[in-house]
Amino acid sequence: MTMIFGVPLAVLSGQLLIGIINGAFYALLSLGLAVIFGLLKIINFAHGAMYMLGALVTVVLFDLLGVNYWVALFVAPVLVGAFGILIEYFLLRRIAGQDHIYSLLLTFGVALIIQGVLTNIYGVSGLRYSMPDLFKGGINLGFMFLPYYRAWVIVVALLVCFGTWFIIEKTKLGSYLRAGTEDSQLMQGFGINVPLLVSLTYGFGVMLAAFAGVLAAPIYSVTPVMGSNILIVVFAVVVIGGMGSIGGAIITGILMGIIEGLTKTFYPPASSAVIFLVMVVVLMIRPAGLFGKEA
Amino acid sequence: MTMMKKLLTSAVASALMATGAQAAISDNTVKIGYLADMSGTYRDLAGPNGLAALEMAIKDFGGKVNGAKIEVVSADDRNSPDTSSSTVRRWVENDKVDLVAGLVASSVSIAVSKILEENDRLGIVSGSAASSITNEHCTPNHIHYVYDTYPLANGTASAVVKEGGKSWYLLTADYAFGHALEGDVTRVVEANGGEIVGSVRHPFPTQDFSSFILQAQASGADVVGLANAGADTTNAITTASEFGVTQSGQTLAALLLFLTDVHALGAETAQGIQLTTGWYWDMNEETREWSDRFMKETGVRPTMVHAGIYSSTLQYLNAVAATGSDDAQTVRKQMMETPINDMFAKNGRIREDGRMVHDMFLAEVKTPAESRDEWDLYKILRTIPADEAYRPLSESKCKLVNN
Repeated sequence: MTMIFGVPLAVLSGQLLIGIINGAFYALLSLGLAVIFGLLKIINFAHGAMYMLGALVTVVLFDLLGVNYWVALFVAPVLVGAFGILIEYFLLRRIAGQDHIYSLLLTFGVALIIQGVLTNIYGVSGLRYSMPDLFKGGINLGFMFLPYYRAWVIVVALLVCFGTWFIIEKTKLGSYLRAGTEDSQLMQGFGINVPLLVSLTYGFGVMLAAFAGVLAAPIYSVTPVMGSNILIVVFAVVVIGGMGSIGGAIITGILMGIIEGLTKTFYPPASSAVIFLVMVVVLMIRPAGLFGKEA
Repeated sequence: MTMMKKLLTSAVASALMATGAQAAISDNTVKIGYLADMSGTYRDLAGPNGLAALEMAIKDFGGKVNGAKIEVVSADDRNSPDTSSSTVRRWVENDKVDLVAGLVASSVSIAVSKILEENDRLGIVSGSAASSITNEHCTPNHIHYVYDTYPLANGTASAVVKEGGKSWYLLTADYAFGHALEGDVTRVVEANGGEIVGSVRHPFPTQDFSSFILQAQASGADVVGLANAGADTTNAITTASEFGVTQSGQTLAALLLFLTDVHALGAETAQGIQLTTGWYWDMNEETREWSDRFMKETGVRPTMVHAGIYSSTLQYLNAVAATGSDDAQTVRKQMMETPINDMFAKNGRIREDGRMVHDMFLAEVKTPAESRDEWDLYKILRTIPADEAYRPLSESKCKLVNN
């Protein structure tokens, strides 16, 4: 068997693939953060909570109304996105234009409240959600067993990432968004409803987090605290990619998934720290991040 | 020196009792502090429902002990030894707490027991797993009541090895508890003629186990052993089932699973998993009767920790009533002399190292077809007699044991 640094090639290929799958998850989550920061300059610490809500709503909709996975894939992000718009309208709007730290503290507080209330209702052991029948099982690739669901995750996550990047960077709507946040008064003058645009953008960013949550529901333990751990990692990904850089968030997400996966193979105890190590190194060499513009 | 002081105190206390002196219950109040994870990873196995179990015990006891009031205070340990230490210090120094109950994360229990020893108060540990709590970390001021890593390894690991699972790959949570469990499992597997072919220490907590499951699959071991707890275990089991670990002929052995974890996984995913437990709600008439009452209070079935909190609180109050004292050493001595026979344990006894030894049970998770309802989850395969289950005193490193 071919070995690379004492690890069989087959195992390594498997780990690379797993890394890409997890990277697609990170990409989806950091994309939402990057959209919200890049366009609105809001540091959204409630992003992990929104990811959790996406997963939780999926489970609860199924338990109460029998809503299946495919419907939840659309309905849950829309519901959570609408909730995000309410948060923007009633809370974030009031501190618009203040220092970043205000939005950070506000969204962090909101996240803690949501998490606390839901912990009281649902506990922390995790809610049950079964894999949709279509995705049960998997395929033997020779070097690893690939569950169908993971293959689906990677495809759909990358499609959504690409679609988002395309809308924001390449379409007219995207140019309105970017212009509206650059100089809102001028855009108001052109007759564009900037406050509405801001609400919708925040709602959209939140929807992306919730969408990742729905994708997570069948494979991870769904609990009210599931978002709090992943949030910090995703923030690191955004910082490495360059705060606000949308393409950067996607590429960095996948890259970090791979690096983390390889660390889990070669030196597992460091796997929870490796992304932060990369962050430190990147910040020292390129303070604006890999894909960020120097201020 | 402190030992001497304690001997003197208990001597004085027994002398007082012998002369029939009354009112040895300080401030005419027995105050119990309930410390547990109320909001984090370990919330469901003890948490707010453990407090409910404690209050049930006080109510069943009659709400008063020898005419003295029984008061309860509670706090969230945040799974932090530091936070817990300052809470308990305040409890014993200012609030006159006599007994600290609950005690879940092993690191918290070890830290708190030191403060209890300094202040000569009593602690009853119901939630923690580490067997070191009554071994190198034993004190004359605490009792470890429900289970520990020693019988977990003895029960599950030896059963799996005897069924032919000779080679093991371990997924270990990378902190004190995981290391303790890994040590106990390795000892049992090797003693039964098996071997550990590899292991990986994963960060605590880990959400995505796919990398580690893949490594376990590549190892070709007969058994994938999970030396972790809570969400780490449920996530690892879910991922193992997704990646077809059992279909490819490997056995999954979860070394610490609580009823709440199995409930979260569901019989569909968890079926066939063998585990060791100190108690199960559906074992006999007595356990069912108590569990029905518990469920009426809380809406869920009790874990072994909930049952242990109820049982140990009653044992404590009985000892206070019998001695007429809330002095830690007097009560502990009385508890050690009284065999435990209730809904939780039969012929349980508290040893000098503070370990409550009682029969443990090897259980298997039922299949969806066998399971009547969402809480009907275990079949008991075997009773592990108390003396076989726990670390024998002859192997003890506890300072209270003369070896």
